[in-house]
Amino acid sequence: MSDLPMPIGETPEAAQGGIRSADWLEWLHGWIVTVDHKRLGILYILYSIFFLLVAGAEALFIRIQLAIPNNHFLTAQVYNRFFTMHGTTMVFLVGMPILFGFANYIVPLQIGARDMAFPRLNALSFWLTAFGGLLLYYSFLGGSGLYGVGNAPDVGWFAYAPLTARTFSPGNATDYWALALIVSGFGTLGTAVNIIATIFSMRCRGMTLMRMPLFTWLYLVVSGLTLVTITPLTAAQFMLLIDRYLGGHFFDTQAGGSALVWVHFFWIFGHPEVYVLVLPAFAIANEIIPVFSRKAIFGYPAMVAASVGIMFVSLGVWAHHMFTVGMTSVTNAFFVLSTMLVGIPTGIKIFNWIATIWGGRIRFSVAMLFCLGFLYQFLIAGLTGIMLAVAPLDWQLHNSYFVIAHFHYVLVGGIVFCIFAGLYYWYPKATGRMMSERLGRWHFWLFVIGFHITFDTMHFLGILGMPRSIYTYQPDRGWNTLNMIISVGGFIQAIAILIFAWNFIVSYFRGDEAGDDPWDAWTLEWTTSSPPPVYNFAVEPEVRSRRPLWDLKHPHDPDWEYEG
Amino acid sequence: MSTSTQVFPSASEREWKLPSRGRVGMLSLIIGESALFTIFVVAYIFYIGKSLTGPTPAQVLEVPILGTICLLSSSFAIWRSEHAIEHGKMRAFVAWLATTILLGLVFMVGTAIEWHKLIYRDGLTIRTNLFGTTFYSLVGLHATHVLLGLSMLSVVLVLALLDRFSESQSERFAVIALYWHFVDLVWVVVFTVVYLIGR
Repeated sequence: MSDLPMPIGETPEAAQGGIRSADWLEWLHGWIVTVDHKRLGILYILYSIFFLLVAGAEALFIRIQLAIPNNHFLTAQVYNRFFTMHGTTMVFLVGMPILFGFANYIVPLQIGARDMAFPRLNALSFWLTAFGGLLLYYSFLGGSGLYGVGNAPDVGWFAYAPLTARTFSPGNATDYWALALIVSGFGTLGTAVNIIATIFSMRCRGMTLMRMPLFTWLYLVVSGLTLVTITPLTAAQFMLLIDRYLGGHFFDTQAGGSALVWVHFFWIFGHPEVYVLVLPAFAIANEIIPVFSRKAIFGYPAMVAASVGIMFVSLGVWAHHMFTVGMTSVTNAFFVLSTMLVGIPTGIKIFNWIATIWGGRIRFSVAMLFCLGFLYQFLIAGLTGIMLAVAPLDWQLHNSYFVIAHFHYVLVGGIVFCIFAGLYYWYPKATGRMMSERLGRWHFWLFVIGFHITFDTMHFLGILGMPRSIYTYQPDRGWNTLNMIISVGGFIQAIAILIFAWNFIVSYFRGDEAGDDPWDAWTLEWTTSSPPPVYNFAVEPEVRSRRPLWDLKHPHDPDWEYEG
Repeated sequence: MSTSTQVFPSASEREWKLPSRGRVGMLSLIIGESALFTIFVVAYIFYIGKSLTGPTPAQVLEVPILGTICLLSSSFAIWRSEHAIEHGKMRAFVAWLATTILLGLVFMVGTAIEWHKLIYRDGLTIRTNLFGTTFYSLVGLHATHVLLGLSMLSVVLVLALLDRFSESQSERFAVIALYWHFVDLVWVVVFTVVYLIGR
């Protein structure tokens, strides 16, 4: 690290947010040219929260449209744009950036490093991701292109061929979609490379692999998975652009190409992507659950093994998204069984978390509440996942609201809950101030109630046969009441998110002083000040166990006497 | 608080060695790139013989023996230059590096001649048929990587000729060399798939 220059504008005053109106330009410049992992982490998270609000608003428009039958609030085409943009934004501009934001901020602190392995690559990755987001949203303005048709992309987030062919998607909307994902994909690849190099090459003395906090371990696994997950998507997008711009025939069924190949390539990316999103959520739960149960994590080596197991299994399950395209029985059976296999390592994790909580002295802070919500909801999501993994049942439920309910249970009930838990948990470290627990409880309870009203109900709607991606429906289908309930739940969640946003902003100015270690935690990030200085640690730490701060607080009963 | 982390009993004063971040980073990138190439290779294999019109690979493709020999032997040359810079033999380093670049250039010229023949004599472009689409994408993707590697090596060569590159940077050069070896390895796969299996 020593060969890197100090980043421009990195003054301790700026890091603490002390801005005088005279030098706001210098302050802004400091943030834009920064290569500091903490600032980049914060930029990632703020960027994602912004897009969370945008894509959340898109979801509300969708729900207003579906609240009553035969509604004309949105036209069919605008509706298609909104669900495409909602899905694409939530996965690529909210989920991945916020989780990599956490990694950026926390991983170097947890392993006692000064910064990431490649700080400038880190900044490049962030700005590529940010540019990808702008590119996607610029399509609202520039998507019409030379043909004067189209606006935002309306091909669905998985953009099945041949809908994406020039004939069916004229204009530039689909190109913006593909380019945005290629550009942000390069950013993601850079971040994954950076995290792996950081974890392997920047650990402080004594931090062997099996002494790393589980958060860091899971990010190592996730980054490895990202390397082989995001690049197939990039390859498929290249092929799509070759088809659209150079007249290629990859997905052109008229010239012998195959639309099915796109479906395979997309899900070869798309399924591991779910684990790219959910493993960081597990990582956050791995930190919070032990600290608020006042116990060391149960089964550390099993947790590591289960995570690595999930990584490998997740690469061989993609075609369970494709049971209805007509594969052979053998192929179907293979993907049914491989999908069921995911249940084993995931089950190990759930049992370990419960065993960690069992007999603990639980503190129900907001972060812990969100983790408990995650545990329950993720279990349900896993169970409906096993239902959908059974090919014959999937033929019945495929592309219905049951599937929508299942994956929102994973993405919202699992991942978003953990993201909120992580934000409440590390906010004091990043800002030096506590988020309000009172507002946080309002946020949690409204969100959990709204979540269940919306997504529990969706399961029933799916079983009653409502397909996804339809912009309206006839009043005699028996779906009216359930749709209204779902929309009401959506608005309750929106209120909860607004309370969170308010809490997030106001606590920065008026929150209680946090101190270095407000949660009485055990990992290295809590040994430095809040917010940490630019250099993170005045003296490079040295660790002898998985809970270095525990050893420090309990010199007569240190962990390293028990660990092998 | 941060200073107090010193109080850890540092009984084990044994050496704390970690892998070089450059190598780890490059290996990670190579894993990612392998997945990228895998998708293009799979698409190529899947579409073999599925073109509805000609020309077919058997009609127009010639095995690029000279280019392949040059590219594969460039791996040997860059290995020699790595060896030279580690031992501070800068003249040998420059000579072997220049050889590497030359061999890479011969490969690229070979590709250029091949493509020129395919386009102007055989009338095969990326939009002619599925073979054209998959061939130019896969070989083109690899050629792009060769060009990227050649640019990096050329920058090093210029710096070395200007005496701005020395033994102390052998680690950095090793990272570039790793990338170059990967590009060669990919060619073995592409060559097998395109010119041996696909013809």
